[in-house]
Amino acid sequence: MKIAAAAGGGLFLGFNWSDSTAAPVVVDAKHIAAGSVKFNSYLSIGTDNIITIVSPNPEIGQGIKTAFPMVVAEELDADWKLVKTVQGNLDSTQFERQVTGGSGAVPHSWERLRKAGATARYLLIEAAAAKWAVPASEITTADNKLIHKASGKSATYGEFAEAAGKLTAPTEVKLKDEKTFKLIGQSVRNVDNKNIATGKPLFGLDFYREGMLFAIIQRPKAFGLKLKSVDSAAAKAMPGIVDVVTFENSVAVVGKSTWQCKKAREALKIEYEKAADLESSEDHNRIFSNLMDNGQATVRRKNGDVDAAFKSAAKVIKAEYQCPFLPHSPLEPMNFFAHVREDGVELVGPTQTPDRARTEVAKITGFAPEKITVEITRQGGGFGRRLSADFVMEAAHVSKLVKAPVKVIWTREDDMTGGTYRPAVKYRFEAALDKNGELIGYKLRGVGINAGNPTREDNFPSGSVDNLLIDSVEHKSPITTGPWRAPITNFLAYAEQSFIDEVAEAAGKDPIEFRLALLEKAKKSPAGDVKYDVDRMIAVIKLAAEKSNWGKKKGVYQGFSVYFSHRSYVAQVGEVAMEKGKPMLKNIVAAVDCGIVINKSGSLQQVRGGVVDGVGHAMFGNMTFKGGTPDQSNFNGFRLIRMNEIPEVDVHFVDNGISPTGLGEPALPPAGGAVANAFYKATKQRLRNQPFINEEAFKGLS
Amino acid sequence: MALFKLSINNRAYSADVAEDTPLLWVLRDNLGLVGTKYGCGIAQCGACTVHLDGKAVRSCVLPVSSVGKAKVTTIEGLSEKGDHPVQKAWDEVDVAQCGYCQAGQIMTAAALLKEKPKPTDEEIVAGMSGNICRCGTYHRIREAVKVAATKTN
Repeated sequence: MKIAAAAGGGLFLGFNWSDSTAAPVVVDAKHIAAGSVKFNSYLSIGTDNIITIVSPNPEIGQGIKTAFPMVVAEELDADWKLVKTVQGNLDSTQFERQVTGGSGAVPHSWERLRKAGATARYLLIEAAAAKWAVPASEITTADNKLIHKASGKSATYGEFAEAAGKLTAPTEVKLKDEKTFKLIGQSVRNVDNKNIATGKPLFGLDFYREGMLFAIIQRPKAFGLKLKSVDSAAAKAMPGIVDVVTFENSVAVVGKSTWQCKKAREALKIEYEKAADLESSEDHNRIFSNLMDNGQATVRRKNGDVDAAFKSAAKVIKAEYQCPFLPHSPLEPMNFFAHVREDGVELVGPTQTPDRARTEVAKITGFAPEKITVEITRQGGGFGRRLSADFVMEAAHVSKLVKAPVKVIWTREDDMTGGTYRPAVKYRFEAALDKNGELIGYKLRGVGINAGNPTREDNFPSGSVDNLLIDSVEHKSPITTGPWRAPITNFLAYAEQSFIDEVAEAAGKDPIEFRLALLEKAKKSPAGDVKYDVDRMIAVIKLAAEKSNWGKKKGVYQGFSVYFSHRSYVAQVGEVAMEKGKPMLKNIVAAVDCGIVINKSGSLQQVRGGVVDGVGHAMFGNMTFKGGTPDQSNFNGFRLIRMNEIPEVDVHFVDNGISPTGLGEPALPPAGGAVANAFYKATKQRLRNQPFINEEAFKGLS
Repeated sequence: MALFKLSINNRAYSADVAEDTPLLWVLRDNLGLVGTKYGCGIAQCGACTVHLDGKAVRSCVLPVSSVGKAKVTTIEGLSEKGDHPVQKAWDEVDVAQCGYCQAGQIMTAAALLKEKPKPTDEEIVAGMSGNICRCGTYHRIREAVKVAATKTN
């Protein structure tokens, strides 16, 4: 590992990631340099007083490369200016859960990171206490310094790094009282700001290697087609082209530059044949309607007697909501470098799951995973797309076939039409109200296209309704799908929160009061298991109501939405104003409970960015198909939100001292509902389908 | 293939490429200047923005043969030490999430401020709305352009 050589001598702390209860060990720097010790540390302190912290999780814009080291530095009382952060490469013998997904990195590593920092601090104090012959308890630390006030002695961490490195690490170490945190909760700038602003090679697409070839791949142009024959003679004859190779249903044009490969690809003559149904969006609409009424449903949750509740209802509310397929559209398209050598494989590039990339490449190449290295680059967004390993596998296939180092590059068109989309889903909600307007029955059926379970059956309002049935129907399609930032909840939350707004209106109740009453019911007399924290949900609802001046603000129409996802709670109030007769989304107030906020600056932007993402895709995001081929292939057809279309986003965090519960996704799900409900208040028209821009209510508006 | 002589960041470069090769790919694949990013290839996202004689252009649709004697500035050459007011403002405001689009955003902002040193809010939004940020850092981009405007002059 790079940091061993760079640091030279000093304190290196090794942690066993696969067993969080195991004691950290001090590793001798000389042995690390000699390669005789398996160095599993993510923390070293050099004699030059520089602290190096390894961040093992892939950085895709969620800020982990800044937040992880902050936690270590807090417990260590480090001077942040003397902290260097290094992206760790895949090493499953050393690190656990080297994945970016599910908003889970910080919740998973919180204790481990704190323990690492606290252990290093403890060792430095012990070393200083021995040298100065004073009690360890009298030594204080601050800003990379050890201080003994009574004797007036002080030293930098660097001065005691070697001595500390000779000690044995304690099995237990006392962590700070969270109230005394100095760095955690502050605004710390992205550690890569300077590199980003000066155009340094950071991303996968920026990786170049002497002698490396480029590959652009032609995949079937429609989902459901397979390769029949290839005539690559013309492409092969074009300048810069080294070879054209075929694997599975793909044809790779390999050459000396991206542009030459791209042009030569256009000269390929390929015949395809039908391997499955070539579905169009009209087919999907028909399938949705059919399966909604006639599909074989899988029951996801059942409480009480739903039929009886609906029979006895004074009022029944029923509505259907639909959301389209969406590409992830990270601004850096898929790409990966692979060099399949005779003795192993080198992989370099942007992946959210380096371990999966290695496992898949092991299958393709026949090498044992130990013979395969994965270097993780910074990633130009991920949004779940890089949880798949298809593009890594392609790079391995091509490198193996041409026996050379190869970087596979997807054009934007490849990236948008190449699959692994957010699944399309249609929901039918039904609610039964008694004569007092109490919700006595609730039904949800989700029909998904390659969506798996398109419901989150244990989320609110489950637990608050005595008679409830949630089920789902699946349609298997050749169109590939996968996790998309806040999987399922990125559209379910909008549909559910819009429907609950409809129910509250039918019950003649304020939307917030209606939800709070349901939550009180879930607390006092729960219907079945309640798998979310009712109090945390109530707290964000109340905070959003307070900060938005709910129901009292003049000149705007407010819509409410709240959602629990990935362990965190976010409530949002959308505010729409009528300008020249048109509804304009002006503002979103977000109240967020993600537990302790580590980096104020990063977290604030994570919420704003999540809201912008949620609003943008709800408003504009639409992917449709004709004969299995996507109708949209670039940003001229697929509309992403731009600066002139964003609302202001006013963010408030709940301060409750709970250990961090994740923030990469939870701000996104409530956004669509907040917009739809505010729009309804302003126009009395419900937005029951995404994208909103295509709804009848929006025609002629923007 | 033809030999093109280019002036980039006040240095002379030459590249032997087909004349329709977009400047973007010459910069990235031939000259090792990878700060300029590929996002869409059809001038829709702005990730590839560079300056041609001080004006912002989309290098993904600019054939190398049409550059001629124009002076090209890329993110690597915007300032010698990375201390252009826009670059400094981007750090101060802590704009970047993933960071991929930011070189293009910065180049667009720098050209905007050169033309309009004290832009109004509307001018900033109009000037920056051609650049996509998939992470949604628009609020901070807007703020950073304002901060940079106070640093210029």
